[in-house]
Amino acid sequence: MNEINPSGWRPAMNTTSIVQEIETFTGNRALQLEEALLFEIGSPDRSGVDFDEVTDIDLSALGPNARKGAPNLPGLSEPETVRHYTRLSRQNYAIDLGVFPLGSCTMKHNPRLDEKVARMPGFADVHPLQPVQSVQGALSAINELAVWLVKLTGMHGVAMTPKAGAHGELCGLLCIRAALEAKGDPREVILVPESAHGTNPATAAFAGYRVENIPATADGRVDVTALTARLGPDVAGVMITNPNTCGLFERDLKVIADAVHAAGGYVYCDGANFNAIVGRVRPGDLGVDAMHINLHKTFSTPHGGGGPGSGPVVLSEALAPYGPLPFTARQADGSIKLIEEEDAYLEHPHAFGRMCAFHGQMGMYTRALAYILSHGADGLRQVSGDAVLNANYVLRSLDDVLDAPFGPAGHCMHEALFSDDGFAEGFSTLDLAKGLIDEGYHPMTVYFPLVVHGAMLVEPTETESKAGLDQFIGAMRSLAERAKAGDEMLKSAPHLAPRRRLDETLAARKPKLVYKEV
Amino acid sequence: MTRFFTKDHEWIAVEGSEATVGITQYAQSQLGDITFVEVPAVAATVAKGDSASVVDSVKAASDVYAPVSGTVTVVNAALEDQPELVNSDAEGEGWLWKMTLSDPSELASLMDEAAYQTFVTEL
Repeated sequence: MNEINPSGWRPAMNTTSIVQEIETFTGNRALQLEEALLFEIGSPDRSGVDFDEVTDIDLSALGPNARKGAPNLPGLSEPETVRHYTRLSRQNYAIDLGVFPLGSCTMKHNPRLDEKVARMPGFADVHPLQPVQSVQGALSAINELAVWLVKLTGMHGVAMTPKAGAHGELCGLLCIRAALEAKGDPREVILVPESAHGTNPATAAFAGYRVENIPATADGRVDVTALTARLGPDVAGVMITNPNTCGLFERDLKVIADAVHAAGGYVYCDGANFNAIVGRVRPGDLGVDAMHINLHKTFSTPHGGGGPGSGPVVLSEALAPYGPLPFTARQADGSIKLIEEEDAYLEHPHAFGRMCAFHGQMGMYTRALAYILSHGADGLRQVSGDAVLNANYVLRSLDDVLDAPFGPAGHCMHEALFSDDGFAEGFSTLDLAKGLIDEGYHPMTVYFPLVVHGAMLVEPTETESKAGLDQFIGAMRSLAERAKAGDEMLKSAPHLAPRRRLDETLAARKPKLVYKEV
Repeated sequence: MTRFFTKDHEWIAVEGSEATVGITQYAQSQLGDITFVEVPAVAATVAKGDSASVVDSVKAASDVYAPVSGTVTVVNAALEDQPELVNSDAEGEGWLWKMTLSDPSELASLMDEAAYQTFVTEL
C-alpha cells in the first residue's frame, strides 16, 4: 500500500537492473551528475561580466594592505556558474522534494504566496537608511507583525531585530541581565533542564552566566522538585523549551514560573516548538518573561542553508522596558516612528543596546506576516492542531515496531520520539537513518535528545498529507524490521545515494580543511 | 592502587595522594567513536564535581567532572593525536589527567568497582 507509483507508469524494474558496477566515462550516472569544485571549473581569465580596462590605479592609500598578487578566484561564465549550483542543488534534499522529518527543527512548507509578497518592490527594494517617511509601508508591515506576535503569545512587547533563534535567546538573556542589574541584583546562574534545546546552555554561557542542569523526570519533563529546590538568590532565571525536545508539553510551566518569580528570577522559554501550540496556548499566560519565535519554524519563512533566519523575542511587562533598539511605534496620526538612540532617552531609556545594525530581516517579516494574514487566527489554530495530529499518527503507526519511550504515557505534541531498544545486536539508530536515505528521505534527527538512548526524533509538521505520511511510515516500518532482524545490508547503507556511508569519525578526527595541498 | 567510580561514569585510580582520572569503559561504549578530547590545564585546581574536561564523540560532546578536588599535575598528551585511545582502552591508556588530592576523604562518596558494575547494569 505504500508503494510509490502504484499506477505503474514507470517501466517495471527488477532489482538486478540497478547495476552499481557500470562505470561511465564522466562519472555521471544518467541524471545523477557528478560535480567538480568551483575552483576546478573554468579558468581564472574567464568571467561572466565585462569589466572596463583599468590602468594606473593609485594604491598608495592602502599602504601595506594593498594586495601583492591577484586573488585566487575561480573564473566561470554565467552558464557554468548556473550549472554548478543547479547540479549541486540536485544532490540536495529539500522540503520542496519530500517529507523532511527533522525533529527539534520544524521544517514546513513555505507557501508561494508569501514568496510573492516578499518580492514586492516596496518591501524588497528598500534600503534601511532611507528616510522613514519613504518606507512607511515597510515599517507598517514590521509593526503589524509585531502586534500579531505579541497577541499570539499574550506578551507585552517584542524585540523584532534578532536574526535567528540563538540570537533571540541571547537577546532574551540580555534583557534578564539588564532587568536584574537595574534592580542592583546581578545574579550568576541560569538553570537549564535536560529537556531543553541544545542551544540554551550555550546561550546562557555566552551571556556570562554559569549553567546548571536540572534533571528530567522519568516521563521526559522537567523535574519540578529539583528545579524549585535549586532556586535561590544566585539564580537569574531558567530556560525551558515548551513543548520540549522530547515532544512533550511542560505541564508544570506555570508552577515553575511562579516559583522562579517568587525567588526573584525570570523565565526564558525557547519558542522553537511554538508551531505545536500557536493559536492554542499563550506563553504569557504561563508566566513566561521572554520567548523567541523562529519565524522560519512557525511562520514558514525559508529554513536552512545558513539563513536568513529571524528570531523575534516577545517580552513580558517586566522585561519589555529593557528590549533592544530600534523598534517601531505607531503614532497618533497613524504613521510609524522608528525609535532609535536619538529618541530612546525619552521613550525607551532602559534599552540594553542593539542586536543588529538595522531593523532585522525584512524579507522574513513580510513572509511571516503574509503567512499569518493568509491563515487568519482560525487557520493558525488548525496549523498547530494538524501538526500535533500528524506527529501522533506517526507515533501510533510505529510504536509496535519501534520503542517509543514516552508513548505509553500519552499523546505527544509536535514530534514523535523513538529509541533503538529492540534492534539486533550491533545495529544502531545510525543504520536506520542511513537506510532512510536509500528510501529517498532526509533522515530524522538522531541521537538527540540525549535523555533517550539512540534517539530518533520525527517531526512531520502539518505540511504532510495522510498519503505522504503513510509512505514515510511504510519506509520506517520496513527499516525498523530490518534493524530488528539484523539485515547486514542495512549496516552499509546507503547503497543508492551518490556517496556511500561516509566515515564521520575520520572526518572529525582528521578534518581536511583545504581542497588541495598547497 | 585503588580504583573508584562516579555516577557520571568517571574512574579514578588512587595511589597515596596521587590519582589518575578517565572515563569508564561503559561511558566510551555509550558515546561511540571519540573524536576529540579537551584535557584540563596542568596546575589547574578543580573542585569535586567541576567540569574539568570535555570529550567529543560522533554523537555528543560530554563534560567530564572531577571525581574529587585537587590539582592537575599531568595530562595525557597522546590524546591530542589519538583520541581513539579512549575507545580502545578507556580505563588504561585512555586516561585523561593525573592529579593530587586535596581532600582524600571525598573518595568515600564514590563507588568501588563492584558497586559501579551494579549501578551500570541497572541503567
